[in-house]
Amino acid sequence: MSDIAAQPAPNLLGNVWVKTGLIVVGLVAAALIGARIDPTGTIHNIFVDPFNQMVQAPDLLAQTIWEGLVSGVLYALIALGFVLIFKASGVFNFAQGIMVVFAALTLVGLYEKGVPAFLAVILTLGVMFALAVTIERVVLRPLVNQPDIILFMATFGITYFLIGFGEAIFGGNPKQMIAEQLYLPKGAIDLKILGGIVSLQKIDIAAAIIASLMIAVLALFFQYTRIGRALRAVADSHKAALSVGISLNQIWVIVWFTAGIVALITGIMWGARSDVSFALEIVALKALPVLILGGFTSIPGAIVGGLIIGIGEKLGEFYWGPLIGGGIESWLAYFIALGFLLFRPQGLFGDKIIERI
Amino acid sequence: MSTATLEKPAAAAATDTILSLNNIEVIYDHVILVLKGVSLTVPRKGIVAILGANGAGKTTTLKAISNLLKAERGEVTKGSIVFDGERVDKMSPSELVRRGCIQVMEGRHCFGHLSIEENLLTGAFTRRDGNAAIKRDLEKIYELFPRLKQRRNSQAGYTSGGEQQMCAIGRAMMSKPKMILLDEPSMGLAPQIVEEIFEIVRRLNDKEDVSFLVAEQNTNMALRYATYGYIMETGRVVMDGEAKMLRENEDVKEFYLGVAEGNKKSFREVKSYKRRKRWLS
Repeated sequence: MSDIAAQPAPNLLGNVWVKTGLIVVGLVAAALIGARIDPTGTIHNIFVDPFNQMVQAPDLLAQTIWEGLVSGVLYALIALGFVLIFKASGVFNFAQGIMVVFAALTLVGLYEKGVPAFLAVILTLGVMFALAVTIERVVLRPLVNQPDIILFMATFGITYFLIGFGEAIFGGNPKQMIAEQLYLPKGAIDLKILGGIVSLQKIDIAAAIIASLMIAVLALFFQYTRIGRALRAVADSHKAALSVGISLNQIWVIVWFTAGIVALITGIMWGARSDVSFALEIVALKALPVLILGGFTSIPGAIVGGLIIGIGEKLGEFYWGPLIGGGIESWLAYFIALGFLLFRPQGLFGDKIIERI
Repeated sequence: MSTATLEKPAAAAATDTILSLNNIEVIYDHVILVLKGVSLTVPRKGIVAILGANGAGKTTTLKAISNLLKAERGEVTKGSIVFDGERVDKMSPSELVRRGCIQVMEGRHCFGHLSIEENLLTGAFTRRDGNAAIKRDLEKIYELFPRLKQRRNSQAGYTSGGEQQMCAIGRAMMSKPKMILLDEPSMGLAPQIVEEIFEIVRRLNDKEDVSFLVAEQNTNMALRYATYGYIMETGRVVMDGEAKMLRENEDVKEFYLGVAEGNKKSFREVKSYKRRKRWLS
């Protein structure tokens, strides 16, 4: 008898989706039953009340989702920088977050020193290029063929160097992003929908549009240009790329520079929403859960992961936050990421490993 | 045997040489001596085979030429490599590809996530002669390998071993090489496919005037297509000669072609055999 029972059961539970589905169904059932038994208690507050609120005030829901969407887009941009570098050089670039701050600081700093706004943008791009070349020469080239962990530690070094260097030159005080000078819109649009008012900041709309454009441009660049193809080839196999004459050093500079451009745009957008200071680094670290969610090697993954984390944490903060006195936003993302690690460690869109046997 | 082996390699001095290795030594990781003085030459438009068992140093020799060694912490510490009249032992792989010397690595190493066509196009990375010329060459490759044309849009990772080998050779051809260093093309392929691959090598050699240096364990196949062969053991060339001569040599038959009887497994165990060092300086 035990033989018959033991046979099919492990197969069914071995499937991740079945397992996840069972857990979800169980939770929902438990919640509903719990809420029925105890209509004012904690279980009701967690599992029923927030959804009631969402249905009753759809305008608030829409507002929350919009705000989540915008911060999600920006998370996605930061994650994109990570993915680019990780794919091309196999380096997990801890410094990506600080590159965002550094780029924004350089831009504002140059403007404060009297450089016209658009010239400052071009100069900042120049600085990011110089940074890419320097990192390739000074850090990556000598450390090539070293274990990954050493390169990872090196990016820590870069991070703290950039913080120190940035503070020494531009000072540590928070600065105002030069949004107006760059013709970024200000103010808000109020939409009267869903029986209420949903207010959209114009800068947020601009951020969403610019981010989408940039992602589209990057996708086209990767898919259809000679360099883009080479970048994908390098991501696939360093050795094979070397053997066909692709110069890794050149590719690394290009990739770090691209990540620098992404960082600058993220920095401008984020800076325009709050202000420019090293506190932004905390925000940049949010890219980690985004990457875990989306997979370290997937650009669509970075985008979808960013949106899920952005929207998820805003919803969590607004509807569930009050239950435990708020402050969910700062850790919810990591919590979601942890859940993902348990069930799908390669992320939603992680690279399928193609292996012929 | 004695007369044949002592004969001077005709190819070396007489005809135009495209590649010559002069007594090179390769050290991995600063300590492990892998090649102990290897010399060989490849005539222009020739097919030369390097034969030998696992670990004899065939792959290392090819990587020393293409300078992919550096990515594996290997280094040429002695000797010189001359390609097309130019010292190349300090050049990066990409400079070498630009000069017309490209390696097709052991195990093919196609870009698994790229389509076959994209794989071929990456081969043209170092070229500067414009898209039209690249397009033309792509069509030429498809003519040579009709199978690749059929699979042009499939991900290379999902194609068969033979198709991947063709893709790797086609990719190398896209760089317009004068010479291809072909490492173990028969690895993991069915005999029929191996034959097909070697036929392609012969055709490329014939029609496109590409010189080949082929490292192979499949001695029988390699000696049928090559004009000249070098036999390596533990980092040294232990014998070389015209392919025809090697095919008929009793020792080669015994050790590598598996024809003769006996228990001897390598040249080392033959007391009477004197390792030839006349190329060593």
